[in-house]
Amino acid sequence: MSTTTSDRTLAPKNDVAASPVTYKLPDEPLTKIKGGRSWSFFDFKELWSYRELLYFLTWRDLKVRYKQTILGVGWVVAQPLMMTLIFTVFLGLLARVPTGGVPYPLIAYSGLLPWMFVAGGISGCSVSLLANSNLITKVYFPRVLIPTAYIITRLLDFAISFLLFGGLLAIYRYGLHYPLTLSRSFLTLPMLMVLMTMFTLSLGILLSCMNVKYRDLSIGLPLFIQLWMFVSPVIYPAWVVPEKWRTLYFLNPLAGIIEGFRSALLGQPLNMFGLAVSTVATIVLFFFSALIFRRIEKSFADVI
Amino acid sequence: MKPIIKVENVSKQYRIGSREVGSDLDQSIGRAFFGPLRWLNGARNRTHYEHIWALKDISFEVQPGELLGIVGRNGAGKSTLLKVLSRVTEPTTGQIELFGRLESLLEVGTGFHPELTGRENIYLNGAILGMKRQEIKGKFDEIVAFAEISQFLDTPVKFYSSGMYLRLAFAVAAHLEPEILVVDEVLAVGDAEFQQKCLGKMGEISKHGRTVLLVSHNMASIMNLCQRALLLKEGRIVEAGNPGEVVQNYLSTSRSGNGEVVWLDLEAAPGNEMVRLLSVRILQQGVEGPTADVDISREVLIEITYQNLEEGSPLYTGIWLRDQLATYVLSSANLPSMSLGEDPWYGQPHPLGVFRSICRIPGNFLNEGPYSVTAIVGKVPSKTQILEDRVLVFRVHDTGEMRKEYLGHWVGTVRPRLDWHTEQIETAAPVRELESSAAGSFVLE
Repeated sequence: MSTTTSDRTLAPKNDVAASPVTYKLPDEPLTKIKGGRSWSFFDFKELWSYRELLYFLTWRDLKVRYKQTILGVGWVVAQPLMMTLIFTVFLGLLARVPTGGVPYPLIAYSGLLPWMFVAGGISGCSVSLLANSNLITKVYFPRVLIPTAYIITRLLDFAISFLLFGGLLAIYRYGLHYPLTLSRSFLTLPMLMVLMTMFTLSLGILLSCMNVKYRDLSIGLPLFIQLWMFVSPVIYPAWVVPEKWRTLYFLNPLAGIIEGFRSALLGQPLNMFGLAVSTVATIVLFFFSALIFRRIEKSFADVI
Repeated sequence: MKPIIKVENVSKQYRIGSREVGSDLDQSIGRAFFGPLRWLNGARNRTHYEHIWALKDISFEVQPGELLGIVGRNGAGKSTLLKVLSRVTEPTTGQIELFGRLESLLEVGTGFHPELTGRENIYLNGAILGMKRQEIKGKFDEIVAFAEISQFLDTPVKFYSSGMYLRLAFAVAAHLEPEILVVDEVLAVGDAEFQQKCLGKMGEISKHGRTVLLVSHNMASIMNLCQRALLLKEGRIVEAGNPGEVVQNYLSTSRSGNGEVVWLDLEAAPGNEMVRLLSVRILQQGVEGPTADVDISREVLIEITYQNLEEGSPLYTGIWLRDQLATYVLSSANLPSMSLGEDPWYGQPHPLGVFRSICRIPGNFLNEGPYSVTAIVGKVPSKTQILEDRVLVFRVHDTGEMRKEYLGHWVGTVRPRLDWHTEQIETAAPVRELESSAAGSFVLE
């Protein structure tokens, strides 16, 4: 584009008189801003009015994530497959973890499927607000949309890995003739997914807002996640744990969720105690996180 | 009339001091070990914080359709006020009522993602700024046309030139249609031509009955666009009303440097055993004391005070003026052939004592922006004794006196008022006659 002097037209002076108003003022203020800290819960009506932004944030995260990568969405498939392969070689074939006759790859994959969602979800959420600090310091919108958008992108990854697991099951059932049957516990799968998503989201939003204030979190979290994987039934079935310790074991809310997935997918009976613990923990955690998040959300722009 | 914005006693306190916990390794290790112990002792407030009020008891109302300007020095609380209004941060105390949809523009291109294409960024940025998808769709072509980027629409914006990037970013922002628009300094970006386009758009927005709050350092745009202005100082509103008066007041009270350099210790002052510099100051008529902010339309006085330490030396004084790119704008001295009047002390044997030289730079001569002053004292014939380079900086503010018709940027290191005269020197036959005659038929249809 050329910038010749002829392009610089002299604009007429603006009319300084106040212009006629075409907008009719409402009686009640649309927005009320009040100082001072207070406890509150998510404003679902407001969140609903921001649904399009949630869509765009999710869409952006998805678009950007695999730009300039060669494998692209292939990574979503590669990750659980590689992990399953490694664990199968070392734990299934070499260390011979007892599986009760179930092929080890199925044990590992059915545990890794929810685990990778939870682990990826919380670690991604924990840095999500920091990664979007440019938005937080410049525009208003309900901040919880940021970690939520991230969780939604992870759900899409989960769906892809889930389909892959379907393929794996089909290979075992029809290719290797391993006797797999669907039991009634399969029907709990949608509920398990809701539970897993809510648990991850609750923990994710809590960590995301804590991380804004205390950066220790981003250092400590990877270690914590690693430890958590070993105390959860990810790469071994829960019944490997001795009977007398099992109640204590299932106090870990993730144990109930992961073992629940395994039972539902492999047609085994569900551990009701574990599921009850997970459900209660998720509900409590959700309310707790929401209150904390809402309370410190307003000061994000000042401390981020 | 009922206001569209009602701000009541809003204050905002910031805690300064240990803002970022754990930034200091020693400190965080110490805290890890002793933190729990101290907590047991009940000594929780171990870090000493300082508090500052970025805003203090701010109350004002804005009428619908009004264009309100906010001026003040850096750190006066302008940006904090806009952030509180746009809900980016919350006030510490006080209350704000908004009777319309507010969208804020605290920077252009908020949320632009370099990996995404121009088209994708229009949607993303629009959504972030508060537009609905349908709204963006409806204005899409208009936005692309305004930004003049149609052939790069499907190129990731990381490959854009900075000019293209800014144009696209502003284009999206310019098509916001909230009832209240809050704008911070965004006019200060882009090339002159584009700035002009943006200013035009701002005026247009307010003409459509929308309420606009504008923070700007460009006094000319405040004076020409706004119906009312607020002057903030140290977090308080010190004046509200007619933009002309507010801007005048701002220029006469605010000091973006103090416009003076004084050497109290004669031994340390620039110079030698013959002569020493005592002070250099920028003065303007009607403003008490030295000032670093001057009005473009009024005379600027540069005052050089020096002490003569050698009986009978014939001294002269001079200055250099440079712009922000260090380009020399002018050099001047009290030589008779170089000055308008005759300086009685030029080249005269100076007795011992303190002398003051004042150089007057006419109003409506310098352009807006910062200028640096170099002070020179020498001995006739041309033996420089003191050359204090860039001893002071002052900023010329365009108060609108020199821009009633054109709001954009005037290029140039100086902006003198010159004589212009246009006259018609030839009379051409009216077009209609040409059309009817066979000879002129090729000229116009």
